[in-house]
Amino acid sequence: MATTHAAAEAPLPAVPGAPLGGGVEREFTVKARSQRQQIVRRFLHNKVGMTGLVVFVVLLAFGFLGPLIYTTSYSDLNSGAQSVPPGSLGYPLGSDAIGRDLLAGLMQGVQRSLFIVLLFVGIALPLGLLVGALAGYFGRWVDSVLMRFVDLILTVPLLVVLIVVASNFPSSRTPLGVGIILGLFGWLDLARIVRSQFLSLREKEYVEAAHALGASNSRIIFKHLIPNALGSLIVWTTLAAATAIILEASLTYLGFGVNGANQTSLGRLVSDGVQATTTRPWLFYFPGITLLIIVLSINLIGDGIRDAFDPSNRRVRS
Amino acid sequence: MFFFTIRRIIASVFVLLASSFLVFSLCAASFDPLARYRQIQPPPSEAFLDGVRENLGLNESFLVRYWNWLSGVVRGDFGETIGGTEVSAQLGGRLLVTGRMILLAIVIAVILAIIVGVVGAVRQYKPSDYALTFFVYLLIALPTFWFAAILKEFVAGGVNDLFGSQLLYTIGEETPGIALYASQSEIWADRIGHLILPTVSLALLSFAAWSRFQRSAMLDVLSSDYMRLARAKGLTYRRTVVKHGLRNALIPLTTVVALGIGTLFGGAVITEQVFVWHGMGEYLIQNGIQQNDINVVLGWLLISAVFVVVFNLVADVLYAVLDPRIRLS
Amino acid sequence: MSTAVSSSSSTGGLSQGGTRSTSLPGFDASAPLLTVSDLNVRFPTEDGLVHAVRGVDYSLRSGEVLGIVGESGSGKSVTSLAVMGLLPGSARVTGSVKYRGQELLGQSDRTMSRVRGKGVSMIFQDPMTSLDPVYRVGLQIEETLRSHDRALSSKAAQGRAAELLEMVGIPNARERVRSYPHEFSGGMRQRVVIAIAMANQPDVIIADEPTTALDVTVQAQILEVLQTALTETGAAMVLITHDLGVVAGIADRVLVMYAGRPVEIGSVEDIYYEPRMPYTLGLLGSLPRLDSSTKQRLTPIKGAPPSVVNMPPGCPFAPRCPLHQPDCDVAEPDRVDVGGGHTAACIRTDVVARAHGDAALIFDEASKDSPLMQSQGPADLPGSTGTADDGVPRDPPGEQTEPVTTSATGSLLDPPATTRDGDRS
Repeated sequence: MATTHAAAEAPLPAVPGAPLGGGVEREFTVKARSQRQQIVRRFLHNKVGMTGLVVFVVLLAFGFLGPLIYTTSYSDLNSGAQSVPPGSLGYPLGSDAIGRDLLAGLMQGVQRSLFIVLLFVGIALPLGLLVGALAGYFGRWVDSVLMRFVDLILTVPLLVVLIVVASNFPSSRTPLGVGIILGLFGWLDLARIVRSQFLSLREKEYVEAAHALGASNSRIIFKHLIPNALGSLIVWTTLAAATAIILEASLTYLGFGVNGANQTSLGRLVSDGVQATTTRPWLFYFPGITLLIIVLSINLIGDGIRDAFDPSNRRVRS
Repeated sequence: MFFFTIRRIIASVFVLLASSFLVFSLCAASFDPLARYRQIQPPPSEAFLDGVRENLGLNESFLVRYWNWLSGVVRGDFGETIGGTEVSAQLGGRLLVTGRMILLAIVIAVILAIIVGVVGAVRQYKPSDYALTFFVYLLIALPTFWFAAILKEFVAGGVNDLFGSQLLYTIGEETPGIALYASQSEIWADRIGHLILPTVSLALLSFAAWSRFQRSAMLDVLSSDYMRLARAKGLTYRRTVVKHGLRNALIPLTTVVALGIGTLFGGAVITEQVFVWHGMGEYLIQNGIQQNDINVVLGWLLISAVFVVVFNLVADVLYAVLDPRIRLS
Repeated sequence: MSTAVSSSSSTGGLSQGGTRSTSLPGFDASAPLLTVSDLNVRFPTEDGLVHAVRGVDYSLRSGEVLGIVGESGSGKSVTSLAVMGLLPGSARVTGSVKYRGQELLGQSDRTMSRVRGKGVSMIFQDPMTSLDPVYRVGLQIEETLRSHDRALSSKAAQGRAAELLEMVGIPNARERVRSYPHEFSGGMRQRVVIAIAMANQPDVIIADEPTTALDVTVQAQILEVLQTALTETGAAMVLITHDLGVVAGIADRVLVMYAGRPVEIGSVEDIYYEPRMPYTLGLLGSLPRLDSSTKQRLTPIKGAPPSVVNMPPGCPFAPRCPLHQPDCDVAEPDRVDVGGGHTAACIRTDVVARAHGDAALIFDEASKDSPLMQSQGPADLPGSTGTADDGVPRDPPGEQTEPVTTSATGSLLDPPATTRDGDRS
């Protein structure tokens, strides 16, 4: 089903393949804008993606606005209220072995985990984009060198690289440190994705045309290639953000993540909770389910965005 | 096909060499073999430290040290632990313990991923597809150790209660000392009882992502022209899906599985920690990193690199076997 | 909206108990091979229900070649997929498709699989993607043979596969059965697809743009092969194309589709020399003709086909039609018989008739813009009316080598068929 974008006042030649006349530039910009609107519209109509977004926003509010309303501090130790179950006076979700309030802990944990994600994306996205763009755009030896290097690092499991590095920087056992380490090593798959996108995009006619018109490399990369790879970038960001939350939890569980006095994160809470599955189940379930919901909502958003950018797998074939 | 395989094998050897260099650099840069002497009170004299350095060969240049380590590894000598035992003596047994878990997990994960992926694609946007998708997304969103804790707590308990005897074990890879008194078949039953839960938790980790991939690969294939022609020829839908659809949709999965081996190896570290297995993961964490023992870490990283490279090789060859278009070029 | 004009041929009787292996209730050996009546196909999409096929009727008699012509998006491929029962599950198909009197719509996949490839087989547009890349071509031919004849030994199937490849003109057929699709060129692959289509001696072959994806030089060869397939199997054919040149060479009757509906049906001579629907005329006018004696300009049809999501009332071609008048927007015209089984869906067939297939008379830029054209009544044609009225077509269209003369204005009885051989370039 070819959807005809052409309005009635823009007649198309009946003979296929007839060259387009002037006004090509104008048509392009018109199309680009409508495409972006279409993507947004498709996302807004995507129930799964919107559910994810709503849940995520609620969690954001829980983590960042919650403490304004619920003012109990997580760092308040209370020797009189150790391991109280949920529903106890002053401890809606119970408390841990040293009397810290779990609800306040969850709020702080969500905050810290999102901070880690932000840091991770802030470092990994530019790094992966840079390496992938260089390799994909320049090809030849640049591509070979960079990609062989990426392949090599990928022969070691990411989790183990993180462990080895984190074990040698005990000062990194904070949300800040974990976020930085995740960012420094989490860009490898992005570099691969960007590279393959660029490899195919740079063969496109409009890139050749830009070359022929004398556009500089950076202009082509920023004006033509990155906007066209935007879909994959956004999708990667959401999926990688979800993975980063789980990686932080795993790293913390193994003892190389967020650790130490007054430091907390969702991963820290979940790791502590695993020791108390039956004795103090609220410490096991509440953090685990919070983490599950946060990761799930981010993944659903990513799914919705992917469908919005590439509706081909949803469209009915005719 | 033969030359293709040979070429890939040679290339893999080079990748391994480069990987060993990278691994060595990573460890040399991050580990200080003298760290444990520095913690001694009162601090040992500089002369003593120099002696240790001399003994460990640390005064040599980086490349010479790499060469010494590598030539040892090629002969099967992974160096000594800080306790003075041979690393290679430990690696073999531990590799068997971890290896059987990983290999079984791969088999389970691949089979499940294919079934769930194909069913999801064929029943696209039907309730069964939505249910599977939801289940898979839940798995993707769970940290392994949290999920494993649930398995330990509820599945193991439930199954054992149901059968009235301990079928599933949650700690260790076998009952300690069982080899001393039990028959061969009892040992095997015991090992399988220990194997199931860790393998399941490891397999479900990879299965989830692979099944999503398989589903989209299958959707691609289902909408292809040759599927339509196959039906136009007079094949039933079911036969078309199995004979033409599945056969083609398996091709991309091989690559994804091969690339996922590294993740499985990392995941095994966590699984072993949860189920208290005495495998490679425990060796890495407890004997290697916590003791600051560079040779143990090096050995572990190299073994994992071998696994990843070998599986990449297998995937490449498998890819060529599955896709005749690759064979010739 | 989708008022269907029943086609001239009768639908098959409902006698039970056919004897063929593909028999379904209603088998009737005397019924037309294929009868499609009031076929409607709708697709649910994000933008609403797309009404892709709106009341298609035709029937196919044995040995006949029916050409279906139209722009992309006119629903011609969807029609044939609906006949084969190969539309995606989301498609809503209503109406009737009868193969030898047996209703095909609503049959189970298993039942349809016995008809597909044996009773009705199909050739698709893109040979590059039609064959499964991972199986040898021989095996893909054997597959269709053995799925309809379980008793066939694999050895016999192999022999037959090689035979079929030879028939469609693949050199070294005995060795080539062991090749993979990617080792063949596009034209060769289409030959393989044709071999698959003719493997089980089907009664009907539906060819969906079989030459569109191929080089011009290869197109002619493939048409040759199609002709061979018809003689070898004795099958009737539905040939879908947007290329009027292809149809001229091979078809007996032509069905022109626009916006999901047949707008004109007639013998190939009717359609080429005496079209009665402005759209058909426009199609002819945009076809370059090698035989034209005068330096004739091509006359493009302005505008684009309407979106099938929200069709306004009235004739769907009206916005592009040079003969448009207010009446056209009132209701979508039914197809009316203009003589000799030739039907056209237009309220101004009389005006179109006077052009005698010369599109320039109606579609030419100059004449369209002329005040005459805008203001005058339907009977007036600008300038050349006189010449057109004397009943002799000025330019024999298509690649016909001999001009065909019709005796008088309005006489629409079939002119004697000109030679069909050698028409294909």
